Amino acid sequence: MTATTGVAPARYSWGGDEFVFVELAEEMSLQANYRAMAITKKLSEARPDGVLEICPANASYQVRFDPDVLEPAELLALLQDLERQVGDAHELALPTRVLEIPVLYRDPWTTETLMRFRDRHQDPDATDIEYAARINGYPSVDDFIAAHSGSPWFTSMVGFVAGLPFKFQMVPRERQIVVPKYLRPRTDTPKQTVGYGGCFSCIYSVRGAGGYQMFGITPAPIYDPSQTLPDFTDFMVLFRPADIVKFTPIDRERYDELLAEVEGGTFHVKARPVEFHLQSFLDDPDGYNARLLEVLK
Amino acid sequence: MIAPELIEVVKPGLSTTVQDAGRTGYYHLGIPPSGALDQYSLRAANLLVGNPAGAAVLEAVYMGPELAFAADAVVAVTGAAMVPKVNGAEQPIWESFPVSAGDVLSFAYLTAGARAYIAVSGGIDVPEVLGSRSTYALGALGGFSGRPLAAGDRLPVGAAPPASPGRSVPADLRPNLAKDVEVRVVMGLYDHRLTAAGRATFLDTTWDLTPVADRIGFRYAGPELETVPREPPFGAGQDPSNIVDAPYPIGSIQVPGSVEPIILHRDAVSGGGYMMIATVLSGDLDVVAQSAPKTRTRFVEVDLDGALAARADHRKRTRRLAEALAG
Repeated sequence: MTATTGVAPARYSWGGDEFVFVELAEEMSLQANYRAMAITKKLSEARPDGVLEICPANASYQVRFDPDVLEPAELLALLQDLERQVGDAHELALPTRVLEIPVLYRDPWTTETLMRFRDRHQDPDATDIEYAARINGYPSVDDFIAAHSGSPWFTSMVGFVAGLPFKFQMVPRERQIVVPKYLRPRTDTPKQTVGYGGCFSCIYSVRGAGGYQMFGITPAPIYDPSQTLPDFTDFMVLFRPADIVKFTPIDRERYDELLAEVEGGTFHVKARPVEFHLQSFLDDPDGYNARLLEVLK
Repeated sequence: MIAPELIEVVKPGLSTTVQDAGRTGYYHLGIPPSGALDQYSLRAANLLVGNPAGAAVLEAVYMGPELAFAADAVVAVTGAAMVPKVNGAEQPIWESFPVSAGDVLSFAYLTAGARAYIAVSGGIDVPEVLGSRSTYALGALGGFSGRPLAAGDRLPVGAAPPASPGRSVPADLRPNLAKDVEVRVVMGLYDHRLTAAGRATFLDTTWDLTPVADRIGFRYAGPELETVPREPPFGAGQDPSNIVDAPYPIGSIQVPGSVEPIILHRDAVSGGGYMMIATVLSGDLDVVAQSAPKTRTRFVEVDLDGALAARADHRKRTRRLAEALAG
């Protein structure tokens, strides 16, 4: 069936008796992610009885539903209708936020961790960030850090574990950083590690196993199940799908200052409301990004 | 009398957690439903002691805890065959029995199944987090301090409804705990990544559950599944089993590296980059929950209509259970 013009029709598949999975595109793009955001936003607003979970993801989304309340065929028709309404979503203005995340790149903790797992890595003689810089054609790690922190990132999905954001680089594809995951996953990753796998950057919300390359660490808490820190009074997870993130490199001295603020209960992530418009971004990515990030000044 | 901390954990067992019917509405932020992996046994245990069907109980895997009671209570144990003992005296399973202040509840070795459910009249009264008392240990959230129980923990118990010991689940409403099981699945998601031969291998193999079987996922040993060759889409990764990271349905079966399928259960990772090829029916997740390592498992394909019919049967059985234990 053709539900929209200009974009390939989505692929719908049942996940047992309680889930429907919808793939908008096989490959990752901001356009596909934006359609997932737009469709799931409309569905959240309509929230028909029987819809239990609405999970936007990178180039797909899923809905958990109660088929005793909402007939699967009825839900499918509704989702296909939303797909038609949303179309390519290029003109949709999405209210979201810009957040600034300070990053200590090449920090001692991820460095210590990555050294313990060199036998699972593509390049045992280099660090993760040296490897990533090299295979992406950057002359130095500093140049690589400048690229990683130079343009904003779009939170294309929150998940894997509680509160972990996947971030997609807001630059044309030919400039996107791509790094394979570890050959075999590590059994340990420090909390708040800034990682990279495929075309996604992420921030590990909890300590644990992981397969993404480790570039640095942020002092900013992103998950607080006890909800004692100031950024978490409303909810225990910092990131929401569609949040736009600017990574800001910091040195060790600044890291220690910010960590002291976190421990003193006074730290806040700088967050500002913005409205994102996909077509304006696609027309002039660098100019649009520069305007977006002005709210942080 | 209501004791604020009625139960002291003497020995925690292997991994014993507080679980209820689970939480809804936060999966899009990576917070899975959690809750009892075997929801039918959860309901039965609660109804036996006069609790609401979805009240919080203890889920004990492979090995039971040892619990000291500071006040009188009515207790029921369902799920795995793990005989409860009060001060060393054996008690029936799938039946409620009294426990007095000063008594110690312990368990014999597991003889069938994997997870026992221990309900106490009044329910385990830890605070609700996001609408549920269930433990999500990976996120250190809910349950007792967000973690499995440890020796010395003191568990609060809610105000007990009037409960009578000696209630019993009729034999025909108790699950059959076998070492050979069939688990019904709806094929789909990324099953087009499999060749016809790969798909046949998945459905024709008797899979062995490996020791990697916890609240997050159950991994099965068997042959490699053949995939369709392709040029990897941007962002997917090089391995034929890689996809652009996508949401994972509860019960979905992923096959990293095209070997050793993993069923994600109620503490699932909410998304990732491995192809999922099928999803277990919601009711059959109870069967998976009671699978111990080495359980021989066949995946049986049904279509959506078949899944809905199975769901209706499952609900009918749950209703019969409620009727049998009413009043």
